Amino acid sequence: MKRNKALAVPFMLWAAIFIVVPLVMIVWYGVTVEEPIPYTEIVQEDGTTVFQLEDGSVTAVRPQKKTVVSLSNFRRMFEPTYLRLLLRSFKVAIITTLICLLLGYPVALILTGTDFKRPALWLMLLILPMWMNFLLRTYSWMSILENNGILNNWIASLREMLPAFDEWLTSRGVRRRIIFLYNENAVILGMVYNYLSFMIMPIYTVIEKIDKSLLEAAADLGASPVKSFTRVTLPYSIPGVLEGITMVFVPAVTTFVISQLMGGGKVPLIGDIIQNQFGKSSDWHFGATLSLLVMVVVLAFMGALNKIDKDDEPVKEVRIL
Amino acid sequence: MEKILSIKDLRVVFEDGFTALGGVSIDIGKNEFVTLLGPSGCGKTTLLRCIGGFEKPTSGEILYKGENIIPLPPYKRAINTVFQRYALFPHLNVAQNVAFGPDLRGEDKKKTAAEVERMLKLVGLEGFGKRKIASLSGGQQQRVAIARALINKPDVLLLDEPLAALDLKLRREMQLELKRIQRESGITFIFVTHDQEEALTMSDRIAVMRAGQIQQLGTPEDIYNEPQNAFVADFIGESNILTATMLRDRLVRFLGCDFPCVDSGFGENAEVDIVLRPEDVKLKPIADPVANVPEGVVETLLFKGVHYEMKVRVGESVLLVHSTHARAVGTHVKITIMPEDIQVMHKSETSPDVLRKHAERAL
Repeated sequence: MKRNKALAVPFMLWAAIFIVVPLVMIVWYGVTVEEPIPYTEIVQEDGTTVFQLEDGSVTAVRPQKKTVVSLSNFRRMFEPTYLRLLLRSFKVAIITTLICLLLGYPVALILTGTDFKRPALWLMLLILPMWMNFLLRTYSWMSILENNGILNNWIASLREMLPAFDEWLTSRGVRRRIIFLYNENAVILGMVYNYLSFMIMPIYTVIEKIDKSLLEAAADLGASPVKSFTRVTLPYSIPGVLEGITMVFVPAVTTFVISQLMGGGKVPLIGDIIQNQFGKSSDWHFGATLSLLVMVVVLAFMGALNKIDKDDEPVKEVRIL
Repeated sequence: MEKILSIKDLRVVFEDGFTALGGVSIDIGKNEFVTLLGPSGCGKTTLLRCIGGFEKPTSGEILYKGENIIPLPPYKRAINTVFQRYALFPHLNVAQNVAFGPDLRGEDKKKTAAEVERMLKLVGLEGFGKRKIASLSGGQQQRVAIARALINKPDVLLLDEPLAALDLKLRREMQLELKRIQRESGITFIFVTHDQEEALTMSDRIAVMRAGQIQQLGTPEDIYNEPQNAFVADFIGESNILTATMLRDRLVRFLGCDFPCVDSGFGENAEVDIVLRPEDVKLKPIADPVANVPEGVVETLLFKGVHYEMKVRVGESVLLVHSTHARAVGTHVKITIMPEDIQVMHKSETSPDVLRKHAERAL
């Protein structure tokens, strides 16, 4: 027992230095602001300048800003501008998660199918793009979608080849160069592409582990393939689905790279604003406050998911079809 | 006897070319308890899975009440299965598991609930409805699996080694229980096991299988007393299998002596196998006046409770003998066997090659 505790020490240290300390710092920054110290500048007869503070004391050094505990940043956080950003972040993250679920679940299901040959190979092909650099992948999408990009060029050459198609598009008011990038849809596309495998993997793992004899038992008791799915596979895959949702939703709600690249700064998310506070705006205190807000919201979200997962009452019936 | 299931020349060849079933034919009657008995890899489970619809035969027919059911998927067959490891749904409680079939058919909830209670009573699990599957013992789970299958009132119930995971005492209890349920419900049971004692206890008829073939089909008494070949004899109970020469009808020579027997029709001077059950080999003192019998020496003596088990060396052979009378190791004895206790069999037809292949596969 003692030995086990000793083995845990490096991790505890690591956790303390890289998790607890930063967290405490974020909280500290979040509940404080920098305030200028009011003073009066007095030029003395000998030409030197002194600074008189409010309490009447005089100092030769120009007073610096002071850090004071204040909840003003929390008030600022609830200004409509930031709430709107938070709402948009949630909207985009929820849409992304839903699309990932709708695409990922069937993929996982097909890959685990008994008559699907070599699922491991296909799984690897699905994950292979994730081995490339994240920025590179996103830039590739940009070069496909931009106004003078691959997709628009294809459409343009199609229009040249097929005048009827061209006329049809023109009659519907489609521009010669379709704007795919720098809007919310582009941001969602980028997120779905980058996070889809985080949805597929946990669902695949869970479905793959379902005892095949349970499916045989269901069929034996008269369940058609559709009923077998709704009565057995679906309830058993719920933990995988919940994990997939977490794995997609959490990065989606906090990302700033995808929204900056695919959204071109026109679709700022809460992550962008936070990043901004630590960059251009250089207001670490407000950035920390916003970070705390996102953290609390994500924690609440994960807590809610956990509650579904841990719910002791067995899934009685899942009727979605 | 009214036929319910008729299997005709059923063959299953797997993708890798392995022949799991090499032309099996068997008729099964209504309310019959038929056991498929054999070592692992003999094809008994494959045969069961074909009947249940989980395995597609390469050729042959499975007639259910005269209709070929091979094209039907499992969920369209009026046949239910008790799986080897029960395959209960852990996310449902006991009652929900049992009600799975009726619920699928959209039957009235109240009627189903009453029926579930009746089934749980039948398998001795009254009041267990709300329990979780994980909280049940192996024997209880097995009974839930039986109730879950029986509630659908199948004409045929398939049982795939359902008692294999239970300890000996529980297994004995469940054997009697299953037999009772089968008699009371009037359902045809097709039971797969590799335990010969289990097969002898429960079955109306036993099909002894080896290497994808039925070796012998008959009542437990037939199979035990008149095994048709050395494999069946060896698999069913302990036995001495010896090579012998059938000198002429009703006279067989082995262990260097001629023995009168009751079998005939093997021709003259034919090579045969004979089976001697250990309890049928009688030992006499060397001073006994009986003549023209083999003599041997007791090599080992073990006390087995009901009887003593001895190994007696006779020349090159060693005979297994069960007797209530112990003889000390090293004692010289004379050996006598009653004519009706000698079971003469044709030499085994299956070539050693096929057997080895199946044995390897089974591992």
